Amino acid sequence: MRDVAIIGIGHTKFGRASKTSLELFSEAALQAVDDAGVDLKDIEALFQGAALPGFEEGQVTPAAFSAAELNLGGGSIPATRYEGACASASIAIREAAEWVASGQCDMVMAGGVEKALLMGTLFATRIFAMACHAPTEGPAGLTFPGVFAMAARRYSKNYDIPMDKLREQMALVSVKNHKHGASNPLAQFYKKMGNLKVEDVINSKLVADPLTVLDCCPFSDGAAAIVLCAAEEARKYTDDPVYILGTGQGSGGALSKMDDLTKPDSRIKSARMAFKHAGLSPSDIDVLELHDCFTIAELIALESMGFFEWGEAADATADGQTESDGKIPVNMSGGLIGKGHPIGATGASQVYWIVKQMRGEAAKGNQIDPVPEYGMTDTLGGDFGTLCHIILGRGK
Amino acid sequence: MMTTKKVIGKEQEEIEKEYKEYTVLSLAEYEEGLRNGKLLGLRCASCGGITCHPMPVCQWCGGRSLARVELCGEGELMTFTVIRVPSEGFEEEAPYIPCLVKTKEGPCVIGRLDYDTESATQELIGKQVKMSGTHTCKGDKFSDGAHTCPVFKIQE
Repeated sequence: MRDVAIIGIGHTKFGRASKTSLELFSEAALQAVDDAGVDLKDIEALFQGAALPGFEEGQVTPAAFSAAELNLGGGSIPATRYEGACASASIAIREAAEWVASGQCDMVMAGGVEKALLMGTLFATRIFAMACHAPTEGPAGLTFPGVFAMAARRYSKNYDIPMDKLREQMALVSVKNHKHGASNPLAQFYKKMGNLKVEDVINSKLVADPLTVLDCCPFSDGAAAIVLCAAEEARKYTDDPVYILGTGQGSGGALSKMDDLTKPDSRIKSARMAFKHAGLSPSDIDVLELHDCFTIAELIALESMGFFEWGEAADATADGQTESDGKIPVNMSGGLIGKGHPIGATGASQVYWIVKQMRGEAAKGNQIDPVPEYGMTDTLGGDFGTLCHIILGRGK
Repeated sequence: MMTTKKVIGKEQEEIEKEYKEYTVLSLAEYEEGLRNGKLLGLRCASCGGITCHPMPVCQWCGGRSLARVELCGEGELMTFTVIRVPSEGFEEEAPYIPCLVKTKEGPCVIGRLDYDTESATQELIGKQVKMSGTHTCKGDKFSDGAHTCPVFKIQE
């Protein structure tokens, strides 16, 4: 198998878009090929994450239409939509890397797109809940905030953290991620909520007890795309290739079949697969973009991936260990909470911001110093249904 | 000399006879059980573990030799939440309480908790509960029809 490099990246502004999903993805794709200095005709296959286009715009096979509108590869190349709920783009990138690694293709495009904001909260909450186990979690009326609210209550119980204290610790995740989102010109909340206080989070509207609206990421529109090629060719196109060192993927079932909502097996196994593939461990990682769909989700992710012991991520966050100068800087882009979460695009956005960090081009206030050597993404789809991890490095 | 050509293909009756269904307890039967006040599951011949809601294999060991069993309907409240911002179609029900219950027989089940939403706090977790009824969601244009889940009540 060959090594694989990322040579070009693109990312639309996240938030409310007047463009169609096809137009949004095209914007990101054109940025990515220009960044790589390659031609649209050089792309041999497209791997596109899109979670719910059928419900958003009445559109299926969006990847085929994207490839056609961009005339990728000169036309008629393999173009496939990947669906793993909020992890759609990450599994698309993982597949793309495999195709290049195997020698099937030399240069491909991967990414994702979503237009979820126009649906409004009621309808978006309904279709996002489709990633719950429909037969059993459907009649119970579970929503996504509901799933993570249940996990938060379990976290409080497991580690004997009083709920009032845990709510403050969770709020600090929102404060941190909004701070960085407010500094990110492509973020949904750019220049907004950069000085959020713990009380603001706790006193905002309850969505699903104990989570408030500021414990939750927003609904968003947006797209992101990357160009990948064989590592040995990468320096022909860029002085700063970023290599895909390892990937992992895991799957989970109905919520009720999990041993512990705070220790998702799908995430533990996926992260281990990626670390093993890369030959690295959590202590090697310099920067992390992880799936903070809710504040509690960031804590659960950090522990499941092995960055902190079970039950210690809440204290570590309060201690500043996930800030830019901490043990492991987490979500310096603003994460899903501060940057926005166009679900099918999120995994590609995470990769985009790790690459930006490695180029030293993240926004001031968000860029870590020195430039990171190793970075990692963590993306979660559904209620722990699809997990994907990607480990990136500046060297092979 | 004429040679008889071998006829290839299989008799329709034979194909139909060979067709086998594997489901021991379907979701529809599980939900019908709930509506009759019974929490039904499956016992694994390999490990003795109980699977509930039903799955095609044992949820503990993946064993394939399963037989129907009735659970007692009692267990421990593992966690819950109060849904205040619901999905479309649930507007009139909110606020309401989805919950996760660990049954005495082992498996956890998702259901609703019959409790006052404004006094449901963290202290409820760990309390003993008993199945007290069912909740049926009529379904919408995106679902395959009505589905039923168990409703639990705190045992004082």
